[in-house]
Formats: sequence, structure tokens, C-alpha cells
Amino acid sequence: MNARILLGVTVRVLLQLRRDHRTLAMLMLLPCLLMSLLWWMYEDVPGESMFDRVGPALLAMFPFIVMFLVTSVTTLRERSSGTLERLLAMPTGKLDFLGGYALAFGLVAAVQSALAVGVSVGLLGLEITGPLWLLTVVSVADAVLGSALGLFVSAFAQTEFQAVQFMPALVIPQILLCGLFIPRDRLPDVLEVISDALPLSYAVDAMTQLTVSSSTGEVWSDLAVVAAFAVAVLALGAATLRRRTA
Amino acid sequence: MMKNVVEVRGLTVVRGGRGVLDSLDLTIGGGVTGLLGPSGCGKTTLMRAIVGVQRTAGGEVRVLGAPAGSKGLRDRIGYVTQAASVYDDLTVAENLRFFARVLGADPGEVDAAVDAVDLADHRDVVVGRLSGGQRSRASLAVALLRHPDLLVLDEPTVGLDPVLRRDLWRLFHRLADAGAAVLVSSHVMDEAERCDRLLLMREGRILADDTPDGLRQRTGGADIEAAFLALVDAEAAA
Repeated sequence: MNARILLGVTVRVLLQLRRDHRTLAMLMLLPCLLMSLLWWMYEDVPGESMFDRVGPALLAMFPFIVMFLVTSVTTLRERSSGTLERLLAMPTGKLDFLGGYALAFGLVAAVQSALAVGVSVGLLGLEITGPLWLLTVVSVADAVLGSALGLFVSAFAQTEFQAVQFMPALVIPQILLCGLFIPRDRLPDVLEVISDALPLSYAVDAMTQLTVSSSTGEVWSDLAVVAAFAVAVLALGAATLRRRTA
Repeated sequence: MMKNVVEVRGLTVVRGGRGVLDSLDLTIGGGVTGLLGPSGCGKTTLMRAIVGVQRTAGGEVRVLGAPAGSKGLRDRIGYVTQAASVYDDLTVAENLRFFARVLGADPGEVDAAVDAVDLADHRDVVVGRLSGGQRSRASLAVALLRHPDLLVLDEPTVGLDPVLRRDLWRLFHRLADAGAAVLVSSHVMDEAERCDRLLLMREGRILADDTPDGLRQRTGGADIEAAFLALVDAEAAA
């Protein structure tokens, strides 16, 4: 690992993003708008606040989904344009490349989630019992997880169309089983086991825990699971980066 | 000057079940070496093997005394692929600054590399807005960073106007005079005259390895294209 190269990749990715105003605006504004939409949906529903129940899960999903899509497309582009081959023919280590991307998108996710959390808590009245900064930490872990997964699938896609199709294949099942639609312990046994094996479940658990309780022990253990998944998938992604290709 | 910068022995490459290179032997020394042959003859595969990004099925490639692709070589070889391997959404200067950082090159080298490929007027233009020839020159500029000992250039002059082509060949000779070994591929036979030494390639094998003059004398051809045809005919008759 070489910090100079890793940071070089991070700065370059952020520079590319800065030039793409539309993507940047959507990354920052969409989560806020969607949280507002969610709040609005439940406005006339009396009784227990559904917004407080569903909101945290959504906050966990944004960075995961968005970074998954962005990374799978950008790294696919990097593979097909020949820049990846050029970088790997240079002194770039695989972890410099992956770490550079993870750091860049982790930073973007931190800003994105700070905005989304700010709007949700400040304007929409989302109740958060736990510390707010920990919410951002969970978001960043989700983003890194999404980036890692996106990078991994980009190895199995030949075109950007194919890369985007991995989203319904790998992301939507996680959304269905993460406890948003039905509490995870009320799923059929087999699905509950599957749900226990999916990283997004832990990300959503961590967010939900933060809204209902000020004790952070469980949050940290959920966070550790998400981080472990991210590292494992990054390692798998590294295995798909080959200096020598056919 | 080193005698052999590249040594290839028994190099065999199979791609998609088809043999592309079959037990190839050759050496490349200093100066400007032209790798000429029709498209699809294995030029790119050979260059990729020299750079160390090609999966090989047998044989040995040594570059500057080390196995091709080994760690110590990664900042000593400048490699330009046919497709411009630069970021379309960054400017020429931003691309170069990024790759300079990866290579650990002095940031001051960025301007020198931009000047060398005659892109000074476009240094702050986003690469995606450049013409094809300008993009490939931006890609070439990246390969010049950190003054590599070996430059591997895959068809760097395709689609360029004659003046630019002449300027680039002058640049290749300047780099060679400064001590770098330069390997340039082309499928345009008239570029052969500009090389110190030629490797004529066809269907994965080296047909001839000679100077342009030596090649013409040996085959009695008026130009390299005639020499190439004479060699192919002679082989078919044998």
C-alpha cells in the first residue's frame, strides 16, 4: 500500500465528480428530497409515527444503493477505457486503487448523509435518540460497503447496461429482507437466516437502534458486521483486478 | 547503451483458444525499433507481453534484465495502448498530474510532457473535448513521465496529420538519443523508413529483423512494403 497513490486516486475521483455537476447535485439533493417525500406520505396517518419507523432504514439505504451504482459504472468504465490496465502496469497496488475509490466515495457519503440527516432531523422532525455523528459513521460504512460491492460486480459486467442490472439482483433482495417491510424476526425461518447473512440488514438495524435507544453497544456491533462485509467484498474485488489479462 | 533492453525467448500466447504468438524469439536494443505488420498479426499481444500485462502460455520475456511485469519495472516502462488510456472527464494537465503522482514523478515534469506532445495550447481542456489525435497524444504524454528506459508505443501515429507524425517521429528519436529504447508499432509500411531497426511481423511470427536499408538490399525491394511482400512470397515458395 502506498499512501501517495491511494490519495492520488481519491483526489482524482473527487475531481472527476466535481466536474460532473448533475451527478453531484443528484447525489446531494436526492436523499433529502426522498426523505421529504417519505415524511409527506405519512403526514395524514394517525397513531405511531411511521416516518420515525421507516426513515432510519431509508437513511441506511441511500448511501448503499447510490454508491453501488456509481462505483459499478465508474470502475467498469475504468476497466474498458484501458486506464485500469495502465494504472496496474504502473506502481499502483490493487489496494491503492480500491482504497482510493472507497475513500473518495466514503467522503461523498459523509456529506450526503450529513445533509440527509440534517434535513430529516432538523426540518422533518425525525426522532433520533442516539448520537447524530454515529448516524453519519453508519452511513459512511454503508457507502463503503456499496462501493465495494459495486466494484466487485463491475468485474462480471461487460457493459454498463449489465452493471446496472446487478442492482435488482443484489440490492433489491437486501432491501426486501432488511426489516423495512416486516420485522426480521417475523420472516419465515429460512428467510430470516438469509436476512441474517445480508449486510444491509445490519446497516438498517444500526440505524434503527440509533433512533430508539441512546445505548450504542449494539450499534457498534452492527457497524462491525457491516465493516467486515465491506472489507471482505473489497478483498474479493481486489481478486478481480488482474495485472495480466488474456 | 545497453545491448538488449528486451529479450524474448519461446514466447507463446494463446487467446480464446487460438495461438496468437507461437514460440517467438527476439531481442530489442536501443534506438527506435519499428514493429510492423498487418493488423491482427500479434503486434499488440507482443507489446502487452513486454509490458507484462499479457497472460502468456509459455516462454520468457525479460526487460532491462528482469522478468517482464516485475515490480521494479513498473516505473521504468512507458506504455501507450491504441485506445487513449486517459480520463475523458479530466483536463490534459489534470490527467498528467494524476499519473505523475502515481509514478512519483516530479510535478514539474507535467509541463515538459505536455510540450513534448505539442498540447500546450490544450493543457486545460477536458480530454473528452479533444480530437482523436489530440487524445492519443495526451495518452502519449503520460508515457513520457519519469523518463522511462523503455517506451512501448502501440500505433501512436494512427490518424495524425503528416506534420504531427513527423514531429512525433522526431520526438521518438530524441528520446532514443537520450538513452531510452523505443518500440513503436505500425501497420503503415511507410513509417518503417523512420526506424533504426525493423521487426516485420506476420501471423504471430517475425519475418525479418533488420535495418530498413539492410532489408531493402536483402530483398531487392524498392521500399519496405515491397520487401515485406518479397519475404512473404519467398516463404510461401519455400
